[in-house]
Amino acid sequence: METPLTAWHRQHEAKMVEFGGYVMPLEYTGILDEHHAVRTQVGMFDVSHMGQFLVTGPGAADFVDRVTTHRPGRLAVGQAAYGAMCQEDGGTLDDLVVYRRAAAEFMLVVNAARRKDDWAWLNQQRGREGGAVRLTDLSDALALIAVQGPQAMDLMKDLVGPGVAELARFRFSTAFGIAGRPTLISRTGYTGEDGVEIYTAAEDALEVWEVLAAREIKPIGLGARDTLRLEAGLPLYGHELATDISPVEAGLRPFIRTRPDQQFIGQEPLLRQLAAGPKRQLIGLRMEEGGAIARSGYPVLADSEAEIEVGRVTSGSYAPALRRPVAMALVAAERAQPDTTLWVAIRGKRVPGRVVPLPFYRRSRGGRSPG
Amino acid sequence: MKFPTDRQYTAEHEWIDGQGRVGITDYAQDALGDVVFVDLPAVGNQLQIGDTFGVVESVKSVSDLYSPAEGVVEAVNDQLSDHPELINEDPYGQGWIVRLRTEKLAEDLLSADQYRQQVGEGKGGA
Repeated sequence: METPLTAWHRQHEAKMVEFGGYVMPLEYTGILDEHHAVRTQVGMFDVSHMGQFLVTGPGAADFVDRVTTHRPGRLAVGQAAYGAMCQEDGGTLDDLVVYRRAAAEFMLVVNAARRKDDWAWLNQQRGREGGAVRLTDLSDALALIAVQGPQAMDLMKDLVGPGVAELARFRFSTAFGIAGRPTLISRTGYTGEDGVEIYTAAEDALEVWEVLAAREIKPIGLGARDTLRLEAGLPLYGHELATDISPVEAGLRPFIRTRPDQQFIGQEPLLRQLAAGPKRQLIGLRMEEGGAIARSGYPVLADSEAEIEVGRVTSGSYAPALRRPVAMALVAAERAQPDTTLWVAIRGKRVPGRVVPLPFYRRSRGGRSPG
Repeated sequence: MKFPTDRQYTAEHEWIDGQGRVGITDYAQDALGDVVFVDLPAVGNQLQIGDTFGVVESVKSVSDLYSPAEGVVEAVNDQLSDHPELINEDPYGQGWIVRLRTEKLAEDLLSADQYRQQVGEGKGGA
């Protein structure tokens, strides 16, 4: 599949890659160059591959509360929240952001690769609510453009007016148009930087993108999106999250509601994991020797010699902020203490890594930046 | 995309010049993207034709290096330890990887033109 901007990416000589069923830009000028632009200035991303489902009807709030780990039914209109969607055994079906657009209208933003499965799951769950809940798949009708970086908000103020900077983190508004096109702008992102995500109708996306490009915002591909989110310690479904990884194991405790009178699918096993402590835990690893990258799937070992596998790397890359390779790994909980030395088998050699708290990178916050 | 004619190429995107220096091609560095690590062999290693003698890692991928000749590793480019980006910036010059004391070249090495055709770059692409 293509996004409304695929042709633009090709015209601008992006290297293209297949991701989640879409042909997406991997890089334009180079992953490190693009990464640096977002950390120091501003960049824009076509993330129109993300899926959007609308949940409406008198039962909408109860429904989203039942299918997600957080409590979107309690959100204010104009507020969004991150959380997970679980199956009955607590395994993660997807991670998502839920937007409350009206009292009985929620937008669920899900991963491209999970869109079909999520849609089927939600419809199956909806069966119980009958006519009180309606589901609409908006994924093909909507485009999504992220503008991220320390200069993002100044640029957005310039573009749509000062009010946009009043949006607190995880708040959104439909009051701002770009090039006369309606948008939904939210103070969210996946880079560890300040910025916004801009939802537009698919047919308006190119015009909005061109307006941003005319401001000389650098286009950023999925390659840098991945290194940015890795440094920021943000999970990627299929790596840190999967149907056999629970959100408790993946470190998403703050996004799981624990009151037993507020039930959601998968809550019981997750509460048991929280009470007993999960057997596995997601950690950050700062690789301590050489420059070899501990990549997704590589075994993590307890020892420099003995064959004691304690987990697997879930994501690994070069981290420009640390000028070192780093990785996230899912390991046995007893090996997850900070400053523990673990070893990653990289092409037959064992390379030591130190367990460090996530995230690897935290932006410096000046002034009155919210969140 | 550059295909200098003063050296020979392998189908696996290495080049070897008259002094036995080996590196990866402009086409290969472009396909890999930003190189962030080069795993170099030890000086003195004896290599057979087609042996894996090192690894080039970019942000997104890992690529083995195959020897285009039989010979002994006479020198390695130590600069690459701190500056792996030299492979992107100057793949045929400062981005060289090893120098071999060549005993025998592979028989299926390609000329610049043959290599250019193999990677699908037209004659006018230089």
